[in-house]
Amino acid sequence: MSGQNGALVHIEKVNKTFRRGAEEIHILSQLNLEAPQGEFLALMGPSGSGKTTLLNLIGGLDRPTSGSVRIGDEQIDRMSNRRLAAWRARHIGLVFQFYNLLPVLTAERNVELPLLLTGLSSSQRRRHVEAALSVVGLTHRAKHYPRTLSGGEQQRTGIARAIVTDPTLLLCDEPTGDLDRKSGDEILALLQALNREHGKTIIMVTHDPHASARATRTVYLDKGRLSSEKPE
Amino acid sequence: MINWLTQIVTLTRFSLGTVPQRKGAATAAAVGIGGVVAVLVGVLSIAEGFRAAMSSSGDDDLVIVLRSGADSEMTSGLSREETRLIADAPGIARTADGPLASSELFVIINLLKRSTGTDANVPLRGVTNGAAVRGDLEIVEGRAFEPGRNEVMVGVGAARAFAGLEVGQRIRVAQVDWEVVGVFKGGGGAAESEIWTDAAVLQPAFQRGDSFQSVTARLTSASAFAAFKDALTTNPQLQVKVFKQNEYLAEQSSMLTGFIESIGVFIAAMMALGAVFGALNTMFSAVAARAREMATLRALGFGSSPIVISVLLESVILAVAGGGAGALASYLAFDGFQAATINWQSFSQVAFAFSVTPPLLVFAILWAVGIGVVGGLFPAIRAARMPVAAALREV
Repeated sequence: MSGQNGALVHIEKVNKTFRRGAEEIHILSQLNLEAPQGEFLALMGPSGSGKTTLLNLIGGLDRPTSGSVRIGDEQIDRMSNRRLAAWRARHIGLVFQFYNLLPVLTAERNVELPLLLTGLSSSQRRRHVEAALSVVGLTHRAKHYPRTLSGGEQQRTGIARAIVTDPTLLLCDEPTGDLDRKSGDEILALLQALNREHGKTIIMVTHDPHASARATRTVYLDKGRLSSEKPE
Repeated sequence: MINWLTQIVTLTRFSLGTVPQRKGAATAAAVGIGGVVAVLVGVLSIAEGFRAAMSSSGDDDLVIVLRSGADSEMTSGLSREETRLIADAPGIARTADGPLASSELFVIINLLKRSTGTDANVPLRGVTNGAAVRGDLEIVEGRAFEPGRNEVMVGVGAARAFAGLEVGQRIRVAQVDWEVVGVFKGGGGAAESEIWTDAAVLQPAFQRGDSFQSVTARLTSASAFAAFKDALTTNPQLQVKVFKQNEYLAEQSSMLTGFIESIGVFIAAMMALGAVFGALNTMFSAVAARAREMATLRALGFGSSPIVISVLLESVILAVAGGGAGALASYLAFDGFQAATINWQSFSQVAFAFSVTPPLLVFAILWAVGIGVVGGLFPAIRAARMPVAAALREV
């Protein structure tokens, strides 16, 4: 699904400004970013540097104040909310820091959620869910509710939910931020395997150098701008 | 479309699944709405019962004739000659004993109300052929009065509501003692709230000479009404107006039923306002508590409109649960409850039972749905408008 110049993600001259009362806060300034298909990109930077904001722009969860966000062949910043929601369902897998599982649904029902937006039959959905849970090694916990799962298991459920539709792009926002080192390592190994073995394009926000070491490339965000060098 | 419906079902199941976590607020809202519905059903069951008591057996072929210009039997007056002309009019059913028409007097007497021990106006009706005309009259105790004697028979509603109407008792009316010889039921509409005697005995007791107040008659069929009415209203010897009895009784009860219905709706509307705020509070807190989950679903690609509808549905389901419980409580408490009240148009007491009818229950549940929709609408819109990126950060 590569777009211009073979890049899957193509961000050009993006500005993002928030207004707090009379004050304007510039989060991203004239930001450019390209990520080819199959890349595992780590996005690092200090707190408040705009990492999550950039990830939200790539995932179509937010819109830039100016500039263009193109994923593959589609310029998503110009899409209507309705179209954007449908596009997200088709192309984006999201992994959150705090898992964001629905507490009233079992692991397998949580994983099934994105499939409800497709035209798949219930038996097809079941097969996809089983496959996704198997990839993350959680088949034996399928019937468990999130409150009975460990943090690592919850995050693996979150990853299964993110990959169950076989999305174009996997966006992870601090996926190990709420986990101990051992569980975090397992999650990072899983993401790495998804990238290497399944060819998934992954963009991961993190402030943990240990996590970014697993990525194929790391970029740093500081004062609204990106660089490939770690800022002083 | 199927996808859209699937989203709604999923989101609604998710919303309802979180209700136990908010059971305090949800129960408070449901109880509030249940209270509104219970009061609404309770008050309107009075109007339903009163209306039913006034018109329950008004057959389509039963007619009543009054003097033109009279609003009710109370203000009407007909001479014997006029009642004879009316009884001979075309369209009136006949038996071997003559036309099925009863010339009647209608006076108000004072009796003690059993429930309060206070004076109440009770209608006393003098009839010439009342039972035969009504057809469905049934003596349930004692016997019918004998013509020419100071005897009365009382409707079951009157016997229940007023003191001293047991068979064998005597009541003193117009300086004359009247013996209660029987209790009847049926007899058309409000008759069960009345006391009946022979018109020929009642006339001298109340110095009415040879006059009557109305004629009640049975027609050969309902379709004979137009011709019957034409014959009477075009007769230069008569100045009368003609009603089907059921329409007359409905009109006679319209003022009171209208008043009760207005009061009922007014009280329920005031309570509903409070219940709407209760529902709003519950749903706003529900939306706030689930802000992150809803944002997650929207991030996954779920649309805004299914979110709006799922929040609305949850609100309506809570409201219908509360409203249903309120309606059931009201049905158990009020249906069949015996009462008597004054009918302002005849200034006399009508005994009746509160009546919680299926249409009334449906009406009450529709109120609950309305409260649920109003209470859920604004929280639903808020849920759908919340920026996804911001809501995802909610803890």
